[in-house]
Amino acid sequence: MNEFEYRAPQTLAEALADYSAHPSAKLLAGGTDLIVQMRAGRKTPDVVLDIKHIAELNELSYDAAKGLTLGAAVPCHIIHNSDVVKREYPALAELAGIIGGTAIQGRASIGGNLCNSSPSADSIPLLIAMGAICRIASAKGERTVPVESFCTAPGRNVLEPGELLVSLQIPAKSKGTGSYYLRFIPRNEMDIAVVGAGVEVTLSDGKISAARVALAAVAPTPLFVTEAGAALIGKEPGSEAFEAAAQAARNAATPISDMRGTVAYRKHLCAVITRRALEAAVAQAKERQ
Amino acid sequence: MSTYSVIGTRPIRHDGADKVTGRALYGADLQLAGLLHGAILRSPHAHARIIKIDTSKAAALPGVRAVVTADDLPDSGDRMVDLGEGETPLSFIRGNVLAKGKVLYRGHAVAGVAAVSAHVAEQAANLIQVEYEVLPCVLTAPSAMADGATLLHDNLMMKELGQNTGKPSNVSEHFRHLMGDPAAGFAQADVVVERVFDTATVHQGYIEPHNATALWNNDGRVQIWCSTQGSFVVRDATACVLDVPVSQVKVTPMEIGGGFGGKIPVYLEPVAALLSKKSGRPVKLLMSRRDVFEATGPTPGSHIRVKLGATKEGKLVAGEAYLAYEAGAYPGAMVGPGAMCVFAAYDIPNIVIDGYDVVVNKPSTAAYRAPGATNAAFATESVVDEIAEKLGVDPLELRLRNAAKEGTRRADGPKYPRVGCIEVLEAMKNSDHYKSPLTGPNQGRGVAIGFWFNVGLPSACTIAVNADGTVTLVEGSTDIGGTRTSIAMQAAEVLGLPAEKVQPTVVDTDSVGFTAVTGGSRTTFATGMAAHDAAQDVVRQMKERALKFWKMDAATPVEFAKGVFTAGDKSITWNELCTKQARTGGPVVGRASVNPRGVGGSFAGAIADVEVDPETGKVTVLRFTSVQDAGKAIHPSYVEGQMQGGSVQGIGWGLNEEYYMSPDGTMMNSSLLDYRMPTALDLPMIETIIVEVPNPGHPFGVRGVGEANIVPPPGALANAIYHAVGVRMNSLPMKPSAVMEAIWSK
Repeated sequence: MNEFEYRAPQTLAEALADYSAHPSAKLLAGGTDLIVQMRAGRKTPDVVLDIKHIAELNELSYDAAKGLTLGAAVPCHIIHNSDVVKREYPALAELAGIIGGTAIQGRASIGGNLCNSSPSADSIPLLIAMGAICRIASAKGERTVPVESFCTAPGRNVLEPGELLVSLQIPAKSKGTGSYYLRFIPRNEMDIAVVGAGVEVTLSDGKISAARVALAAVAPTPLFVTEAGAALIGKEPGSEAFEAAAQAARNAATPISDMRGTVAYRKHLCAVITRRALEAAVAQAKERQ
Repeated sequence: MSTYSVIGTRPIRHDGADKVTGRALYGADLQLAGLLHGAILRSPHAHARIIKIDTSKAAALPGVRAVVTADDLPDSGDRMVDLGEGETPLSFIRGNVLAKGKVLYRGHAVAGVAAVSAHVAEQAANLIQVEYEVLPCVLTAPSAMADGATLLHDNLMMKELGQNTGKPSNVSEHFRHLMGDPAAGFAQADVVVERVFDTATVHQGYIEPHNATALWNNDGRVQIWCSTQGSFVVRDATACVLDVPVSQVKVTPMEIGGGFGGKIPVYLEPVAALLSKKSGRPVKLLMSRRDVFEATGPTPGSHIRVKLGATKEGKLVAGEAYLAYEAGAYPGAMVGPGAMCVFAAYDIPNIVIDGYDVVVNKPSTAAYRAPGATNAAFATESVVDEIAEKLGVDPLELRLRNAAKEGTRRADGPKYPRVGCIEVLEAMKNSDHYKSPLTGPNQGRGVAIGFWFNVGLPSACTIAVNADGTVTLVEGSTDIGGTRTSIAMQAAEVLGLPAEKVQPTVVDTDSVGFTAVTGGSRTTFATGMAAHDAAQDVVRQMKERALKFWKMDAATPVEFAKGVFTAGDKSITWNELCTKQARTGGPVVGRASVNPRGVGGSFAGAIADVEVDPETGKVTVLRFTSVQDAGKAIHPSYVEGQMQGGSVQGIGWGLNEEYYMSPDGTMMNSSLLDYRMPTALDLPMIETIIVEVPNPGHPFGVRGVGEANIVPPPGALANAIYHAVGVRMNSLPMKPSAVMEAIWSK
């Protein structure tokens, strides 16, 4: 690991000023990606900005109109154990419990998982499915970006030098809405998704009135599969609709062959995992009607 | 009924408190005055010629105290040395420590640096400029054996059936075991099954990475502290690499966080010593996990063909095996033991086995728990299962009809003494597990059996008697799996003491007689025998002391039973006599050294229930039972621990572990995240059944139990997968994608 300057701003304004003065700095929240990358020599920043002390990045609040405000540095264990998240966004609470092991969850954040922008990130498909919006700030001002437009390439995203992710806004969920994230991993825990699927469905009058499907680990970025959602809307929740969405997911995927699976295997899993995730989300939606 | 008071009980281990409170000292914990920290520069290429190494920038970096390359090692010439595994060119041993002329695998050590901090050392290592001429690489045995394959070594001549061909080759040796008339045997067979198998390179996966600290003193004495399975092995190998007498090297074995065979070779020790010599300071070297994967010995990948013939009555009449094992960068692929074990569980009259030791551009392989046997058993046990199916015979019944027993001759020559193969198979058959039904669709049950040797080799031990009635036991075997306690228990049994009154200590190479490696399932057997004999020496001396104390004739017979010495009407307790040592001639010290011949050999079996997800190919192990012949279980908990540990490693090997190599020879999954060893969440509780068929060659009947348990799991899992979803998996690992592809091509 190289020598670097460590700065720990205490306010958002201070952080944005620091970042604007050191645009090549790397941001440290939980550090569960950054420190590993630095130790492996893959990142060699001159300045590390520790942003986990900033109030806005630690906000976790719910408002029936605005939905959930999830600060970018809120660690997974807080999310996993939050009563409001468990009640309003059970899939998110569950997701926060499968990223890394218990020790990692004490530090790792959903915001960090998003900003690391790995194609296989577990949190991103569910954030896309749930319609989450990124609140991004820099010394020059603020902007919002939907999560599905955030990642641009493996490890890359829309953040410009000096810009940081402050929080995620997740809309409040109406009755009859169910969400689910399912990943396929060869082990049962502590593994990287071969394929992951985040889905959200809303049921009204026995039919699917809204649906969003996103995939992990099958494209250079997490993949928002609008065709899969479209294949579900207006249909009765059942194997025929699920199969149509699953095939849309398979067709949209453009995976590579690597140590985690071949192209053919991953495309096949897209369909299987999407279908299984939809079955779980619909079951949850029925419970919440 | 056991006549023992200590053997077979489960006392608390002597090192338990230190281990659970974090006080046990491992190599990385070591701090010495003036300690420097080292780094190793490793090859980024799998195969390249080293044109030039320029260390000037590294040496000039502030804080750097020494830089070394292969040029700092003595010249090897054509010298051959024997470090216990046969004659090997010294250039190979030194070449694996620091590459000379060529790098042969990615991760191959090229240079070492010592500096005031680990960060400076790492920075300096990156300033070393190496000019390489990159060469094509060969990564599997079949490709390395192909005509026109790139050669790793110009001076490696193929040995063909004992004759040096004088032909440079990646095949260092082809040997054959032939027994009976295989062609005639196959002609008698009603059923013949022949299958080809491939197994991936896998790593032992010990939790503690390699480490070494060395201090080359001004008087020429070299001290080493390291994590090793054998302090004397490190002493001898380091002395050989550095060209100093063994008496000049003192090795202190620190506690070990796992070895499984992989902590026998030296990697860091000679480099740390050279850096210390140059800098005049102690130097510590630590490996990262990636270094461990890329630069220490995994176990060979292999390409195997097995053919078996049986009569319709279910008698195996002929066997043929072809085994090509990847040695990694230097010869020594453990194909020898693989060939000895491939049919070791069976009484087959006609056998031919061909073994090939093949070098490839991967790290030089090392031992791994029953090295060579697991690959071979995976193949044989799969074929045996297929024959049982074709004959309509229960797979355990077929194995029982053909099981090796006392007098069975193995194809490599030896006849078995009393062995427990049949007893293990019967215990499997009678187990609750085997009698229980499967409970759902896509479930299957598989069985397999395996054999592994025990070795003897030298061990020494001394026991000093304390005035308070306790004894201190000094031995040289690295404690793996509780061997301190299982050794101490054997002395305690002889001395009539509870285990906690024997305090065992593992000491450095200056403080005990030569003791061979903790490996080959030998430690509880051989060092335990030394402890038994040393305790008998103590009893003999204590009897003499009793006579002296009683002022009786030295020839008077003395009885020792239940802690009391008796001669005629005189008697004295052990405890009381312990207080009389000073006035009867000074402290009593018993000693023994052994090089035992009566090694047992151990059979192990596995029963595996799996459920296969037919849509993803993922295999879930529902239930798993390990059965093993321990001869006599000294400490049953540690025997069970070995059986469970070996089973888990075998399951990992079977289902997910592999070196996933890029075409240019880079291991793509060199982290514990991507090298998928099973976690506790991936396994059921491993059930154990200890079988005890005493080994006549040991005073308590011990058979070493460290290894045979890893041999059957991959075969048992492959058979279970077949019975679950109808696909025969012929390559390891049987990872989800591979199982899915097999289902697709069904």
